[in-house]
Amino acid sequence: MSELYELGIKEAKALLDKREASSEELVRALIARKNAADGEIGAYLTFDEEGAINAALEADTILAQEGRTAEQTLLGVPFGIKDLINVAGQPCTCSSKILEGYVSPYDATVVKNLKAAGAVCAGRLNMDQFAMGSSTETSAFKTTHNPYDLSRVPGGSSGGSAAAVGGNLAIATLGTDTGGSIRQPASFCNCVGVKPSYGRVSRFGVTAFASSLDQVGPMTKSVEDAALLLQVLAGHDEMDGTTPKIAVPDYSKAIEGASLKGVRLGLPKEYFVDGLDGEVKRITEAAIKTCTDAGAEIVEVSLPHTEYAMAVYYIVAPAEASANLARFDGVRYGHRSTRSDSVFNLYTRSRAEGFGPEVKRRIIMGTYVLSSGYYDAYYGRALKVRTLIKRDFDNAFGKVDALITPVAPTPAFKLGEVQDPVTMYLNDLFTIPASLAGVCAASIPAGFAGGKLPVGVQFIAPGFAEDTLLKVSKAYEDARGVL
Amino acid sequence: MEFENTIGLETHVQLKTNTKMFCGCLLKTGCEPNTNVCPVCLGYPGALPMMNKEAVKLTVMSGLMLGCEINRHATFDRKNYFYPDMAKDYQISENGQPLCIGGGVTIDTPAGKKFIRINHIHLEEDAAKINHYAAHSGVDFNRGGTPLMEIVSEPDMASADEAIAYLTALKEMLVYAGVSDCNLEDGNMRSDVNISIRPAGATALGTKVEIKNMNSFSGIHAALEYEAKRQRYNVAHNIPIIQETRRWDSDALETASMRSKENAHDYRYFPEPDLVPVELSEEQIEEWKGLLPELPEARRNRMMADYGLTEYDAEVLAQARERADFFEAAAKTSKNAKLLCNFFMSDVMAWFNAEHEEEPQTDAEAAARLSALFNLSLDGKINGPTLKELLPEVLEGEIADPAKTVEEHGLGAVNDTAQLEEFIRQAIAANPKSVADFKAGKKAAAGFFVGQVMKLSKGKADPKVVAPMVNKILSALA
Repeated sequence: MSELYELGIKEAKALLDKREASSEELVRALIARKNAADGEIGAYLTFDEEGAINAALEADTILAQEGRTAEQTLLGVPFGIKDLINVAGQPCTCSSKILEGYVSPYDATVVKNLKAAGAVCAGRLNMDQFAMGSSTETSAFKTTHNPYDLSRVPGGSSGGSAAAVGGNLAIATLGTDTGGSIRQPASFCNCVGVKPSYGRVSRFGVTAFASSLDQVGPMTKSVEDAALLLQVLAGHDEMDGTTPKIAVPDYSKAIEGASLKGVRLGLPKEYFVDGLDGEVKRITEAAIKTCTDAGAEIVEVSLPHTEYAMAVYYIVAPAEASANLARFDGVRYGHRSTRSDSVFNLYTRSRAEGFGPEVKRRIIMGTYVLSSGYYDAYYGRALKVRTLIKRDFDNAFGKVDALITPVAPTPAFKLGEVQDPVTMYLNDLFTIPASLAGVCAASIPAGFAGGKLPVGVQFIAPGFAEDTLLKVSKAYEDARGVL
Repeated sequence: MEFENTIGLETHVQLKTNTKMFCGCLLKTGCEPNTNVCPVCLGYPGALPMMNKEAVKLTVMSGLMLGCEINRHATFDRKNYFYPDMAKDYQISENGQPLCIGGGVTIDTPAGKKFIRINHIHLEEDAAKINHYAAHSGVDFNRGGTPLMEIVSEPDMASADEAIAYLTALKEMLVYAGVSDCNLEDGNMRSDVNISIRPAGATALGTKVEIKNMNSFSGIHAALEYEAKRQRYNVAHNIPIIQETRRWDSDALETASMRSKENAHDYRYFPEPDLVPVELSEEQIEEWKGLLPELPEARRNRMMADYGLTEYDAEVLAQARERADFFEAAAKTSKNAKLLCNFFMSDVMAWFNAEHEEEPQTDAEAAARLSALFNLSLDGKINGPTLKELLPEVLEGEIADPAKTVEEHGLGAVNDTAQLEEFIRQAIAANPKSVADFKAGKKAAAGFFVGQVMKLSKGKADPKVVAPMVNKILSALA
């Protein structure tokens, strides 16, 4: 048998149910693994060991009394949480100095759901500051290393969440994805990462980067695990007006006996461009072949407005961020400059001291594009193009069940290698369009570049068709076999 | 040269909801600072707004009363500015697609009726309250997030009087419909004004000045009068009028510049991504329309026709919805609604306005009791003093059945002429000096005998019946 910390959700559940391991043992094994290995990986920012053990003991009591309710599908299973999701009594720094020392007074809805399912919230994971970045290097607190090559980045912004799963420092984790922040690090760290459709999962209690794009999603060791975790996260929430009352299918049931036979997979020609890394190209093509061999029909489709997606994203996301991050002003919580002698200085100095350079860059961009006289040229036009991008996907999904594309143009790059912001932004070239369209997408491990660096393949399915997305992903995962 | 004013108002009205605009915090005044707060109204990381449907309803009802067109697809926007009273450092408001568009109010002016157009009504959240102390300032977020409706008029008013008439008309309607208390002292109705002047008859508008910080109708009136004079003075002395925001100083009774157009905020409005548009169906709007009360003017006319009330009485009653409802409930079973109205206007209103231990009741049962009591008086079964004496207990509900109480306590009027004559003779026999006074021409002595008869009848005689009898008997003695 493998070590406890190597388990996925399904295996951990099975052990707990059979009482072959206790939740406490699971949590202690993870703590020991963290203490042994996280020194060089650096996935966790903080870990409330006592709190996690206490929650595990509670779960063990219920398990011992066989008193679990139908709702408690994740009873005793520990999860790592990206550090922008609020858990009452825990820090929630968003990897920014402006929230250093901040303790959250409330649970996000996804955390409430996890706790109701009996899950243990174990540890808070490093990320790019306020989820702005693609390498986790904009964190104000620490560097996270790729567990497959410590000299390389884990991707981002959910780099800690991905490194923890890929490095067996967690059973599974929660990440968030605004333009690729779950999918790209999942690809870099050899894990399954699902970005649900916009509105499928509540954002209440998830510190906002770009409100019309942000989504919480599972980062796991298998598609089955992603289905189990998404089941608990998904659904309408009274606290989030952007979650429609659309029934949540049984995802585990949906992926039972999943097959690619007769499935039409769209190949958007705009995604196979020059500049795609040779190994990424090779692995993506191999994945396509695996799908064809498993019975999928490959159909070339066109998403003609793809080339504008990047520009639209870098107007819409910073614009929303400039307003979302205004609240960090030093008045009610978070960092307050000691050099403030007026309200104006309180704002400017607290923010100047608290925010990192990438966050400042995006606030300035967002403020600019919303300014009087520029709104129509930038934000107004971006909204119109966003509608065209959505329409591209609608048209494509009229012809195919799902799309298959690369996740990121390259495998994990070296720490410190990418200095130019725009080069960094290009990491999200293939993930941003699905975010703008609000559809669901997943990154599934597909191979290793040079036999060493993980590379994922992306599946994209229509809005609220997570069942289709997971089915296709599971069928591919099965066809692909053990990597 | 003669100048005329062009005045437009932006009126903020706090809606009478139980909870805040975007969270479940209670709206209560007089609480310790920052006790009715939560992550949402404090702008904590990750908190999201949830629409208060009651606030939408009250705004739409206001729009329907004011003849606005109701937007079937209303959207919200973020208005960005940094200030400690705004938890998120942006205000959720409606910029592009407000709930109500158009409409207006008719006011009375010396020259007759005038229609003041409304541009639109939008819904937004109120800011918190900042308290200043010697060495620091404190922010109380209890008020932060209160639903606020902003009624923006067209620049259709020409004088401070017209502005006040417009505000008074608005206030009457909104209070009447239960949309807001519109209490200026409590800050639940506030108005900023825009004023410019131009040569009489000119079509082009003058340079507009906005004035803020008035907290009473008289303050608004004074600020407009002051500003109209200041602008005329400037023109007369070739001092340019600058487009700016000015602040009313209620101590100095003058306006002072706050910020010019160049320094105006760039609010960087954009659609609020955290809220989906408010979609209103025809059925929903019709349902809310059905909740609207009859407005004072229509009610006044109807009450004059239905009950034969004078214009004055009908007007006074119609102004106060609860009182009018109470009167009409009682009038339904009254044998003479017009006489009931006279009694209502004097005694019932006086009783309501006086201080008393029990809260006045105005439910249907109280109305039925009032009507039953007054019917006893109309039938001559009780006299005027008894009617007045029993009124408080009837209103407070201590007397459930007035007729029964009158009977059980023997409070019925003494209408037996022979019995009354006997009382008068007893009084005359016992008071020869007063009889002498009457004979000597002191007619007021008659009143004394009426009083004596009331005493002898233990208050059950009707003074209105007794007085002429006393006069007749005394005169016969003379």
